[in-house]
Amino acid sequence: MGLRLKHLGECVRWALLAAAMGMASGPAGAAEGPFPSTYRPAPAAPVAIVGATILTGTGAEIANATLLIRDGRVEAVGRGVAVPDGYTRVDGRGKWVTPGIIDAHSHLGVYPSPGTPSHQDGNEAVAPNTAEVWAEHSVWPQDPKFRLARAGGVTTLLVLPGSANLFGGRSVTLKNVPSVTTQGMKFPGAPYGLKIACGENPKRVYGGKGRAPSTRMGNVAGYRKAWIDAADYARKWDKWENDGGNGNPPKRDLQFETLAGVLKGEILVQNHCYRADEMAVMIDIAREFGFRISAFHHANEAYKIAPLLARENICVATWANSWGAKMESLDGIEENAPMIDAAGGCAIIHSDDGLLIQRLNQEAGIAMAAANHAGLSVSRGRAIRWITANPAKALGIADRVGTLEPGKMADVVLWSADPFSVYALAERVWIDGVSMWDRGDPRYRAPSDFLLGQPGQEFPR
Amino acid sequence: MIRLLATCAALALAAPAAAETVAIVDATLMTMTDAGEIAQGTIVIRDGRIMAIGPDVTVPAGARVVDGRGGVVTPGFIQADSTLGAVEVSQVPASADRATHSRSISAGFDISLGLNPDSILLPVSRLAGITHAVTTPLYDDRPGRDLQFSGQAAVIDLAQRSDMVTRPRVAMVLEMGEGGAERAGGARGAAIVALRATLDDVRHFARHRAAYDRGEGRPQRLSRIDLEALVPVAEGRMPLIVKVDRASDIVDMIAFAHDEGLRIILDGAEEGWRVAAAIAAAKVPVIVDPLADLPRSFSQIGASMDNAARLHAAGVTVILKTGSGVAHRARELRYGAGNAVAWGLPHAAAVAAITINPARVFGVADHAGSLAEGGAADLVLWSGDPLEPLSQPRLIFVEGIETPLTARPLDLRDRYAP
Repeated sequence: MGLRLKHLGECVRWALLAAAMGMASGPAGAAEGPFPSTYRPAPAAPVAIVGATILTGTGAEIANATLLIRDGRVEAVGRGVAVPDGYTRVDGRGKWVTPGIIDAHSHLGVYPSPGTPSHQDGNEAVAPNTAEVWAEHSVWPQDPKFRLARAGGVTTLLVLPGSANLFGGRSVTLKNVPSVTTQGMKFPGAPYGLKIACGENPKRVYGGKGRAPSTRMGNVAGYRKAWIDAADYARKWDKWENDGGNGNPPKRDLQFETLAGVLKGEILVQNHCYRADEMAVMIDIAREFGFRISAFHHANEAYKIAPLLARENICVATWANSWGAKMESLDGIEENAPMIDAAGGCAIIHSDDGLLIQRLNQEAGIAMAAANHAGLSVSRGRAIRWITANPAKALGIADRVGTLEPGKMADVVLWSADPFSVYALAERVWIDGVSMWDRGDPRYRAPSDFLLGQPGQEFPR
Repeated sequence: MIRLLATCAALALAAPAAAETVAIVDATLMTMTDAGEIAQGTIVIRDGRIMAIGPDVTVPAGARVVDGRGGVVTPGFIQADSTLGAVEVSQVPASADRATHSRSISAGFDISLGLNPDSILLPVSRLAGITHAVTTPLYDDRPGRDLQFSGQAAVIDLAQRSDMVTRPRVAMVLEMGEGGAERAGGARGAAIVALRATLDDVRHFARHRAAYDRGEGRPQRLSRIDLEALVPVAEGRMPLIVKVDRASDIVDMIAFAHDEGLRIILDGAEEGWRVAAAIAAAKVPVIVDPLADLPRSFSQIGASMDNAARLHAAGVTVILKTGSGVAHRARELRYGAGNAVAWGLPHAAAVAAITINPARVFGVADHAGSLAEGGAADLVLWSGDPLEPLSQPRLIFVEGIETPLTARPLDLRDRYAP
């Protein structure tokens, strides 16, 4: 028995390591420019979760259903699905299954724990435009919060630079797999994001240094100047390419490269913006320069302009509970996301926090309960989309994750109870069909390198 | 005229329901007394007090009967370590009275003075079943100011009446560990020595007030205001809330309190589970955040979701708080308690940790914390399990005053509702 357990432990370790280090065989990722993803899921036996209530992320709730996972993909989902031979059966009776949770706003790795000054790598707060920095170059993969988030069912997260700057830099989409390198976590093929910040933070940071921007109108002038310069840069490259690429190309500029990527529609704008009036201004700026805003983040006042946001096809990533820290968040309400949803918009519950990322299911439940109390009538099937399908859309990866539809990546959570209950815990988590969390198996609780050998690690977190 | 009528209506609302008798029938009653949980019980409320409670209570004629079927009645919740009543917008200093950077007032800072019953945060928190809060001073350190104490906490009620202080000066607040070390120049050893010296100064001052008034007392580092405020702490009459997290800091402070004859309440105690037996043996109550599981610093390396459960199992009196003193997030208290249950704390113990335990520790058990005949009607009727987000409050009494189920965020919601 002891030998078998030890052997099993090595298998799990190998699988985790293989997944993290890209040791397993598999197709090489598409050319992704510098710092390409090295994440390759390990081979895993097919799995059948049988008898659970499944929230598919498409809006459906299917009782007593079966989910088949094979070759890292969702193979089948529904009632009466037969389990072929050779599948590892997981008893889902009395339990719930959802797509893996996707956090559309996180600073894991760039503001890790412990929060020592040496770890504060999320804000390059030296100039209002630092579009040239990339969050992935600040991510510390040993941040213990990655594992805690995994135990909360989070399988994908968008890690962003902070909000000190008008243009904070590029965000990065990560699969929440254990890895020694950040490249080993990068979501293969996921588009980059650009963090833009409205309102109080940039004007406070730079106004406090006696320089622009120190007002909201200063913020807007800063955005527009940057887009004018970026459009000029893009035109130079277009001209060089249209001329056949002969002669010396224009000199690359990291800052303009990112902004030009937005103008070309290749990089998605993730816009920290609280107030309704400021969001409306940002929409007009996007129109002026011909780009799209993928999502407004925090957006405490989004409910005031819900039809506009729905019409513009801009997602809203927000909280249920957080409000009142600043003037621009004073009007936050619990029903913000459900009111966006009711208007036909793309509603997202995000964390922006190392504690909340462990309980996004509960935060969505709080919003759902408040909405139903107010007569909006939100189903569980609908509410689960706020932390699965809709963040997938905002991150530009909805064709690969966010729902349990055949062919999608098998990012799956098995919950001990109704996931909107405060008592529900993630019992199992699969990422690309590979088991990445089992609450009953202490080997999955292996702490990050930082915590290894430290005091007080002998019990679960 | 309309304004006058509105004022009268507001005043009427803020008084205990004198004339009306209210009976909540057929609800589950979590009494937090020896009566335990009553499955299908009735509570009769008159003149702001519980006239009768039990499984076989006769509803008086003329009473307003509230059908409690499927519902649960709990005592009103108490949010420990909050700044409710002392802040409107966290990042607008002029809207906040939760900390002082005065160089002559630290321990003397009495947060019970100048609180705001009209704060829009109070109804928001009340809708989460919170009827009382331990409003607790924070630090506002400035360069050159390194005073040890943040001030004195107060218990308030959330009925939004001018007389909102249930009990002033319930405890002195002191941060030790990393924060205490920083204020003492960067080392724990300096902080503990400085604290001992302060207590010695306070005792000397208490014995020689007359000489001090003649200007003949020995030189004192603290102002007279601060020295006076610390006398009841040094004499063991006023409890000292000590904010520490590291296991060794907890053990050190328990030993220190024993040597100095202090009554302490631990706040934070994120590594408390590692020294739970020592805390229980010293009979020291502990305020913990059940969600605090991050190794945020080298003092919280062992932080764990089952801290509350393990402390309770060891026999420690546990008080739960959430939001880390952020008043806007006070409303998350019941969810925090629910998470503690998910991680092993018995459900009844979790409810006790947000009702009767803080009521007893902060000396307001005659105002709140339990459902007992003759006691104050301080209670909430919930549509279901009070710790579940899916449950909502249906009826709220704060010390006998029935409060409306409204708040500014709901007004905003209704203004923009589709």
